[in-house]
Amino acid sequence: MEHQQTRKSFPVHILVFLAPAVLIYTLFMVYPLIDSLRLSFFSLNEQNQEFFVGIQNYIKLFTDSNYAPRFWGALQNNLIFFAIHMVVQNSIGLLLAALLASGIKGSSLYRTVLFMPTVLSVVIIGFIWQLILNPLWGVSESILQALSLGDLFKPWLGLPETALITVSLISVWQFVGIPMILFFAALISIPEELMEAARVDGASGWQTFWRIKFPLILPAVGIVAILTFVGNFNAFDLIYTMKGANAGPDFATDIMGTFFYRTFFGQQLQLGNPTMGATVAAMMFLIILTGVLIYIFLWQRRIQTIEM
Amino acid sequence: MTSAINDHKVSGTTFGNRFRRVLEGLAPHLVLLSYAVIVLFPIFMIIINSFKDRKAIFGMPFQIPNAETFSLIGYETVLERSNFQVYFMNSIIVTVVALALTLLIGAMAAFALAEYPFRGNALLGLYLAIGIMIPIRLGTVGMLKLMVNFNLVNTLSGLILIYIAQALPLTIFILSQFFRQVPKELKDAARIDGASEYRIFTLVVPLVRPALGAIGIFTMLPIWNDLWFPLVVAPSPKTATVTLGVQQFLGQFVSDWNAVLSSLTLAMVPILIIYVIFSRQLIRSITSGAIK
Repeated sequence: MEHQQTRKSFPVHILVFLAPAVLIYTLFMVYPLIDSLRLSFFSLNEQNQEFFVGIQNYIKLFTDSNYAPRFWGALQNNLIFFAIHMVVQNSIGLLLAALLASGIKGSSLYRTVLFMPTVLSVVIIGFIWQLILNPLWGVSESILQALSLGDLFKPWLGLPETALITVSLISVWQFVGIPMILFFAALISIPEELMEAARVDGASGWQTFWRIKFPLILPAVGIVAILTFVGNFNAFDLIYTMKGANAGPDFATDIMGTFFYRTFFGQQLQLGNPTMGATVAAMMFLIILTGVLIYIFLWQRRIQTIEM
Repeated sequence: MTSAINDHKVSGTTFGNRFRRVLEGLAPHLVLLSYAVIVLFPIFMIIINSFKDRKAIFGMPFQIPNAETFSLIGYETVLERSNFQVYFMNSIIVTVVALALTLLIGAMAAFALAEYPFRGNALLGLYLAIGIMIPIRLGTVGMLKLMVNFNLVNTLSGLILIYIAQALPLTIFILSQFFRQVPKELKDAARIDGASEYRIFTLVVPLVRPALGAIGIFTMLPIWNDLWFPLVVAPSPKTATVTLGVQQFLGQFVSDWNAVLSSLTLAMVPILIIYVIFSRQLIRSITSGAIK
C-alpha cells in the first residue's frame, strides 16, 4: 500500500540503503569467485596474457604426474580430516552439551572455559601444540610417563603415519566448542513438559536422550555437520602453521587448502601457477557446493517431513 | 536373626542407592572437569613458561615461575626484534573499521530487505545469502588480481574491503530477521509524523542492538584471527596483522624458546581477556538463537 511508488520508479531511498552492501559484496566476493572459476578454463602465455584452454587444466589436475598424485592425496587426506572431525569433535561436542544442559551446577563457567580455544587464532593453537608435543621440551612425554604410558610417546607430528591424525585432533581440540554450543542451544530449547512426560513414563536418562532429545535436535546435527564440512574443506591455517606449505612429512598432512596455496604461489621447485590454482579452487568450490546442496535439499527436506 | 539380616540388607541397598546417586551427580562434573583440564593445560603451560629463563623452561616445565627462575628475557626479545606494536595497531585498525562498516552497511541493506517489498526482494536476499555458505577464500586468485588492479595490495584498506564482503552475508541475513520483528505501528507513527525513511532507519536500529552486539563479536573473531588474506594480499611488514606477524616471527625465532613463548602469550592474552569479559553475551547470543 505504502509502496505504490515501486510501480513507477525504484525509490531512491531503497537504492541508497542497498547500494553499498550490494556493491562491496558483488565486487569483493562474487566477482573474484566468478573470475576464479573463469580462470580455471584459461592459461597464461609468456606475456602473462590469458588464453582459453577448455577443460585442459582439469585434465592436467586429474592426470598430470605433477598434479594428480598431490590432488588425490590432498582430497583423501581432507576426507580423513573431515571424518575425524565428524566422529571425534562432534561426539565430544554432543557429550559436553548433554552434560551442560542437564542442569548441572557451574554450567556457565564450564561453557566459558570449554569454548576458550575456539576464540584463539589457529596460528596460536598450532604453535602451542607444536611446543607441547615437541620431544625436545618433553612435556607430553613426562605426562604420559606419569600415567605409566611413557612408551606410547612418539614424535607424532613428525611421523607420516600419525601426523594427519595429530593435526586433526589438534583442530578438534580447538573447535569442539562450536558443536558443543550449538547442541547446547538446541537441547535447552526442548520444552520441559516433554521431558517430564518421559520421566513419568519411567524412561532412563540414556533412553530419554536418544529417543526424545536427540531426534528433536536433528536440525542442529545437520547444521553442525555442514559447518564442519565447509570449514574442513576450506581449512589451511593450522597445517600451514604447523607443517608449512609443503604439509610434511612427505605431504602426509596435505589438504585441499595447502595444495591450493602451493599450486597458486609455487613451492621450492615449481613456480606458482594462477590458472592451475584457480582450477584447484574450482574443485574446492564444487566439493563445498555439493555438500551445501546435499544439506539443503536432502537433509533439510527430510527433517521437514519428519517434523510434519 | 532373620529380621536382623533383612535389616542389614535394607540398609545396604539404601546405602548403595545413595552412593550411586552421589556418583551419578559427580560423574558429569568429572567428565567436564577433565575436559576443562585438557583445554586449559596447554594454554597454562605456555603462559607460565613465558616468564621463566631458558634453563627452567626445560628443567622444570611444570613449575610456576619463582624468584629464581623468573625472567622477562623473552618479552625483551619480542619487543626489540619484532614490530609487535605495529602488528597490534594494524589488527585493531582492520578489525574496528571493518566491523563498524559491516554493521552500518549490513544494517542498511537488511533494513531495506525487511522493510520494502520491492520487486526482486526475495531474489536479492538469496543472492546476498549465498556468501554465508561459500567461503570467500575460494575466490583468492580473482581477488589478488582485483587487488593488483586497484593498487590495494599491501594496504589495510584492501583487507578491510575483503573482510566487509566476507561478513556482510551473515550480517544481512540475521539483521533482516530482526528488523522484521520490529512492530509496524512504530514506523507508521513516525511516517505519519512526516519522518523520512532515513530517519525511520535511525529510529529502528537501536531496537536491534542485541543482534548488532552478537554479530559484532562473531564478525570480529574471524577477522582478528585470519591468516590467509594477510598472507596473500598484505604480507608486507608494514601491513602485517598480529596473526601474520606472530606466524612470521615464530618462523624466524623458532629455536628461541623464550621469545616463542612470550610472543604466543602476548598474542593470546588480550583476546582471552576480551573473551572472558564478553563470554556471557557471546554464548548467550548463540544459545538464545540470535545466530542460527
